[in-house]
Amino acid sequence: MSEQFELSKLIFGRLSWESIPLHDPIILGTFIMVLLGGGAIVGALTYYKVWSYLWREWITSIDHKRIGVMYMILGIVMLLRGFADAIMMRIHQAMAFGDATGYLPPHHYDQIFTAHGVIMIFFVAMPFVVGLMNYIVPLQIGARDVAFPFLNNLSFWMTAAGAALVMASLFIGEFAKSGWLAYPPLTGILQSPGVGVDYYIWSLQIAGVGTLLSGINFVVTIVKMRAPGMNMMKMPVFVWTALCTNILIVAAFPVLTAVMTLLSLDRYLGMNFFTNDLGGNAMMYVNLIWIWGHPEVYILILPIFGVFSEIVSTYSGKRLFGYSSMVYATLVITILSYLVWLHHFFTMGSGATVNSFFGITTMIISIPTGAKIFNWLFTMYRGRIKFDVPMLWTIGFMITFVIGGMTGVLLAVPPADFVLHNSLFLIAHFHNVIIGGVVFGTFAAITYWYPKVTGYKLDPFWGKASFWCWFIGFYLAFMPLYMLGFMGVTRRMSHFDDPSLQIWFQIALGGAVLIGLGIACFLIQLYVSYKKRDSLRDETGDPWDGRTLEWSTSSPPPKYNFAFTPKVYDNDAWWHMKANGFVRPTSDFLAIHMPKNTAAGIVVAGISTVFGFAMIWHMWLLAGLSFTSLIVTIIIHTFNYKRDYYIPVEEVARTEAQRTEVLA
Amino acid sequence: MSILRTLHKISITAAALTLLGGCDTVVMSPSGDIAAQQASLIVWATVLMLIVVVPVIVLTLLFAWRYRSTNKDATYAPDWDHSTNLELVIWAAPLAIIIALGALTWVSTHQLDPYRPLDRISEGQPIPEGVEPLIVEVVAMDWKWLFFYPEQGIAVVNQLAAPVDRPIKFKITSTTMMNSFYIPALAGQIYAMGGMETQLHAVINEVGSYDGFSANYSGAGFNGMRFKFLGMSESNFEHWVTKVKSDGDDLSRSTYKELEKPSEYNPVQYYSSVAPALYDAILNRCVDPGSICMKDLMSHQHSAKNAAEKSNVQSETHHAH
Repeated sequence: MSEQFELSKLIFGRLSWESIPLHDPIILGTFIMVLLGGGAIVGALTYYKVWSYLWREWITSIDHKRIGVMYMILGIVMLLRGFADAIMMRIHQAMAFGDATGYLPPHHYDQIFTAHGVIMIFFVAMPFVVGLMNYIVPLQIGARDVAFPFLNNLSFWMTAAGAALVMASLFIGEFAKSGWLAYPPLTGILQSPGVGVDYYIWSLQIAGVGTLLSGINFVVTIVKMRAPGMNMMKMPVFVWTALCTNILIVAAFPVLTAVMTLLSLDRYLGMNFFTNDLGGNAMMYVNLIWIWGHPEVYILILPIFGVFSEIVSTYSGKRLFGYSSMVYATLVITILSYLVWLHHFFTMGSGATVNSFFGITTMIISIPTGAKIFNWLFTMYRGRIKFDVPMLWTIGFMITFVIGGMTGVLLAVPPADFVLHNSLFLIAHFHNVIIGGVVFGTFAAITYWYPKVTGYKLDPFWGKASFWCWFIGFYLAFMPLYMLGFMGVTRRMSHFDDPSLQIWFQIALGGAVLIGLGIACFLIQLYVSYKKRDSLRDETGDPWDGRTLEWSTSSPPPKYNFAFTPKVYDNDAWWHMKANGFVRPTSDFLAIHMPKNTAAGIVVAGISTVFGFAMIWHMWLLAGLSFTSLIVTIIIHTFNYKRDYYIPVEEVARTEAQRTEVLA
Repeated sequence: MSILRTLHKISITAAALTLLGGCDTVVMSPSGDIAAQQASLIVWATVLMLIVVVPVIVLTLLFAWRYRSTNKDATYAPDWDHSTNLELVIWAAPLAIIIALGALTWVSTHQLDPYRPLDRISEGQPIPEGVEPLIVEVVAMDWKWLFFYPEQGIAVVNQLAAPVDRPIKFKITSTTMMNSFYIPALAGQIYAMGGMETQLHAVINEVGSYDGFSANYSGAGFNGMRFKFLGMSESNFEHWVTKVKSDGDDLSRSTYKELEKPSEYNPVQYYSSVAPALYDAILNRCVDPGSICMKDLMSHQHSAKNAAEKSNVQSETHHAH
């Protein structure tokens, strides 16, 4: 009997039927919806027989364009989940006053704010930013793919695997109830014995591998694969910001991996890195996680600065003002982002000198950032500004971001931080810069590059509707939070006593609903544009009178991007080519050497997911098996020598002839 | 482009509302001198930054309007992308602001360092001679606050009282979780962490009942980690102490072990007497009989090392730490 028990423990670990939250009507309802929705999608895919197409053309694809699109889809799907968490919190906080306890039990509410943060940063903002870089960077530098195409596919699937684990935690067990950075000792094994923190650790570990590999990939791609003539100071600003971001990724993500490993050692092997006793110290965790966490903020925002640089210059019909100043500003931010981490915990009792140092370094970052804002401003100056949707997002960004920057610098003054830290003022601040920056920038980028990806523009009406919902919704949702911060309201509260606060939470809820409408308008925009694709079609490949190389090829670009590698003479390479009477070559094509699709990426990521799941639930047998098969799969993959092929010259000629016909 | 104008109006109204509304809040009009200085620092820093922020917002809207593509009267200079003078302004203006703000930060951070003993009660009012700070030892527990008054020999759960205009020195620690000790009306927050002590010096200038709470999420009972901070006249404070002494029980080590068990939304509880050196034992994680205190653990290691090196009785000096 006891032996049998031991065996089931070995196989199933901590997992049992009680781990499925059947008792919680909200989760159960969601679960049923997901089952029905997922079933419908799987059924439809099977009915229309698209599985093999998906497998061949997308899942196993190592084409940077396909992978970029998959990252964006992952980001959009996870945005819906992250937003669902957000609106649930907003409804709960607007209700839970006095005798009313709100509709969420505290343990559920605590999971939701943790999941919201983790999902929005790791599985919405990161996929968006990495997806944009994936699609755009190789095109802008005139390359045919990234330096390591297989790694790129693996990176994507590892990120998706992390997201899958977070999603699984909703229905099997629970997620962490710790806040998005999971500070110990709360996340130590004594205080959080459940699986929540383990879900957190393993989903970040697995997704982190993907992000790190992708960082290495892009640094190499940008350094080694630029078109002839494109020296560093002729790279488009988006490529510059992508380079800096990926350098930050390569330098910062190993710290996250290390700190998660240390926390795992505490939790799994009873070590004492971050415990209160036996020489452990939680402050080490807080320092380490922010040594990753602060650069992470710049990992997200730098490429978005690049996006706005491209957009503002294109829609103003003008060269970017102060290109080199823009580049140096980016580099200064990259370096300084490593010298500010302590501003996240001035209140931990560091001395006045240490606090002042980190406060002042933080403020110094606002100088290059300010310079960037002025550079965009003077790009608009004496331009011919067309108010297409991306430009609306850009102006919305410029106004919103300076406000967020201002509140950020305010928080960098340590004595001011003492009264505002951990308050809703802080929440309002970082949403101010992340929504006003990263989210606005992502939607601007999606609208701007959508015709490149699909061959047709997005419908402007729904785009404008989405912009105004987001813009007004943001102010409605977060200005009250600034106010509540001044009223001394702290974050992560599930219930309030003071009834005078309620009105502010209700206004904020209104804002969140408006943001929800903004998301809905965006989805409607995708659908409407698809329906109207014939009237929105762009045959030229250059719908906005663009300036950089991605606009020189067809929309969507052929697999090989460019039949001939372009030669670059100017940082607005395509603008320069157009101005100097560039003639598209129509003969003398050569066969093109391309990387071959592989299933190794999704297989490795799939096994990693199983391994992570087994570790979370202490299923030691499965963990051992999956880890072994992970190693074996990777070794087998190294023996795969059929990694490349040639696109025959006839096919290149045929594709290019078709384009010649369309352009004529 | 009336849209842009509306937008401008909205943003100005929002900013005005925030500023006006903000003045009336506990953070911006507190009742303790330290918090008041922190509030005025917020105002000064904001004003300094608005010098750059307002022009940027105005110029953004102005340029967007002026250089709209339908306005053919506006100058169009598609290749104009550099101006050394303008670049100088672009970098120098934020730099100047940051130099000013940096200086303000350096001075104020040292001035308002929570570890620094106070040198005044309020503006223009120095500490009268012979007035020593009231010492309060704060323990963040799961999930309640325990306050020791070593001078008075009492302890209180979830209620804190202090006489107005007398400096208070808080020594802060935690039993397990990381919490943040925060009374917005009194002074900024500081973290409470297990096995470590942080400090806060502050003074309350007005009689009243103020909210205090943990500002750092610490798990299931976090929401209920709230207490009232009572600012009292000297005589009322003495009454309060007498009341605690007469109504309270004894906080022995065994009572403390009971109290230490996790609980939520605890009522106020008075303790008329306290086991000797209990706060010190909590800080050094040695309340349990037979456990070694952290400070002794450290000096054991030191003395072992020293003994090997010098073989004298130097270890005694380490106990002072």
